[in-house]
Amino acid sequence: METVVVGVDNSDTSTHAVEFAVDRAQKNDWKVCLVHVIPWTPYSFQTPMENEHRHEQKEHEIKAAHDQIMVPMAEIAEQGGVPHEEVIIHGKPSDTMLDLAKERHAVHLIVGRIGDSGLREAIFGSVASRLVQHAEIPVTVVP
Amino acid sequence: MNPVDWFNNFSDWLTDKVFYSVEIGETSLPLIVVWLVIAGLFFTIWLGFMQVKGPKISVDLVRGKYSKPEDRGEVTHFQALATAVSGTVGLGNIAGVAVAISLGGPGATFWMICAGLLGMATKMAECMLGVKYRNHHEDGSVSGGPMYYLTKGLSEKGLGGLGKVLAVLFSIFMIGGAVGGGNMFQSNQATAQIVAVTGGEGSFLGENGWIIGLIFAILVGAVIIGGIKSIARVTEKVVPFMAVLYLTACIIVLLWNITSLPAAIGEIFAGAFTGEGIAGGVVGALIVGFQRAAFSNEAGLGSASVAHSAVKTEEPATEGFVAMLEPFIDTVVICTMTALTIIITGVWDDPDVAELGGVDLTSRSFETVLPWFPVVLAVAVVLFAFSTMLSWSYYGMKATGYMFGDSTLAENVFKVIFLIFTVIGSAAALEKVINFSDSAIFLMSIPNIIGLYILARVIRKEINGYYDRVQSGEIKYAEEKV
Repeated sequence: METVVVGVDNSDTSTHAVEFAVDRAQKNDWKVCLVHVIPWTPYSFQTPMENEHRHEQKEHEIKAAHDQIMVPMAEIAEQGGVPHEEVIIHGKPSDTMLDLAKERHAVHLIVGRIGDSGLREAIFGSVASRLVQHAEIPVTVVP
Repeated sequence: MNPVDWFNNFSDWLTDKVFYSVEIGETSLPLIVVWLVIAGLFFTIWLGFMQVKGPKISVDLVRGKYSKPEDRGEVTHFQALATAVSGTVGLGNIAGVAVAISLGGPGATFWMICAGLLGMATKMAECMLGVKYRNHHEDGSVSGGPMYYLTKGLSEKGLGGLGKVLAVLFSIFMIGGAVGGGNMFQSNQATAQIVAVTGGEGSFLGENGWIIGLIFAILVGAVIIGGIKSIARVTEKVVPFMAVLYLTACIIVLLWNITSLPAAIGEIFAGAFTGEGIAGGVVGALIVGFQRAAFSNEAGLGSASVAHSAVKTEEPATEGFVAMLEPFIDTVVICTMTALTIIITGVWDDPDVAELGGVDLTSRSFETVLPWFPVVLAVAVVLFAFSTMLSWSYYGMKATGYMFGDSTLAENVFKVIFLIFTVIGSAAALEKVINFSDSAIFLMSIPNIIGLYILARVIRKEINGYYDRVQSGEIKYAEEKV
């Protein structure tokens, strides 16, 4: 069974992306891999206090992402009756999704057009446009 | 007696005890400096010159080549190193170097670099132990540092009693070091530079330096008592850029005087081996160089071990390799840049250099190139001072936490004392502040290095064992996996 990787976050377009992916998955007999990347870089500058509590913070971020993002998104896949997998991971969103797609031998990448980090995207460009530029498989950007 | 007079008397008394010296010819040699040099030499030889063999491993670790995919989101080697470096790089690199050259001449630079290179081995040893013997708390947070390896490590050797005594002594001295070198010296020299760019000695701020100290105390207090973490976060992010700006300014000064560069380097070597025109000659230059280097890079003092121990790793040796880079960045790179700037501009030879000392001398060397450069320096100095004060207040809190079982009351008392000394530091004279800061900071090296010697076999087993496994190919680069 082939896999489609869907990037999800807290935005409305993310919901549209998952709905679209589920629809395609039903037709093509695909497995849906829902991925949420928590923005993180190994090269940031932190206070000693932040470092001391980093592990708790990471667990907290993963739990919050699971409850607030993954549960409602997985619900859509559940209702559509397609097999799905949930991945929550830290990293740079575009690169991490590309790595994951490669590792799962995905045939397609689907993301919403606008993510939930408005200002950052306005300055540095959106995750969607990076994926379109760098992916080696077809990318669908859902409005 | 006002607080500043009381402090001056106490500083004199303490300096006298800590810097007990033996007379060699016309020079007095403080035994505490010998203690640090011997530790650096011992661990350099004991670990088989790891500062020569190991840097590739260190750089690979910092770049994340050995980081496991499942450790994403945790504290990386880069982050632990960056946090430790921002606590270490402070006024010691700017003002301390100026003090070294005003007392020991250009030759002191050479000995500072040597001390930095030797310090890499000591730092490696203490930071590896910090990770190996750290405490993991139920909530997933970690506490490490000399107090833990002295207690747990020595107890493994059947010296539990001694370990506890050393750990408590270390904690007391680290609180002193936090208040002195990590706080008073920083606020003293930051104040001096602010005064210098706002009108000098006779100006309103020149007469009332305590006002600047009070502002520092309020800002630090807002973070450590008020819990306004955003100030600390912003500082951590701005400091690396200031470091780059500072080094750029140094490079501009050097380029401006590029034709004098060979002569300046010549003076460093000549001064190191002839000691001409310096009180105490070669030995004088050597002592002052080693002393200021140790004050700046903190190798052998154990403080950085606290910051490094937060890293996520299963191999304590890895953080040893990473921590080794710290004295290199701090002393071999940053201190040397400051030193070259002061030497190449010739300001170290000015007749009033002895009264000037400290940051004023560095500032003057900047001024010879561009009149507004001291303002850039002032901004850098204030930020370095502030971040170093935040780091050391954290170290002090960890020491207090260790001694009083994480009692909130004890930590709050420490915080208030810390802030009072921020203000005293801004009002006291440089000489008294630097003497007290040195005494308090160097005292940390006594229990710490005794512990390092007792645990020397453990250190070698971990470090050299890891090195051998990397060389044999048993430890490979981690695969990119998501």
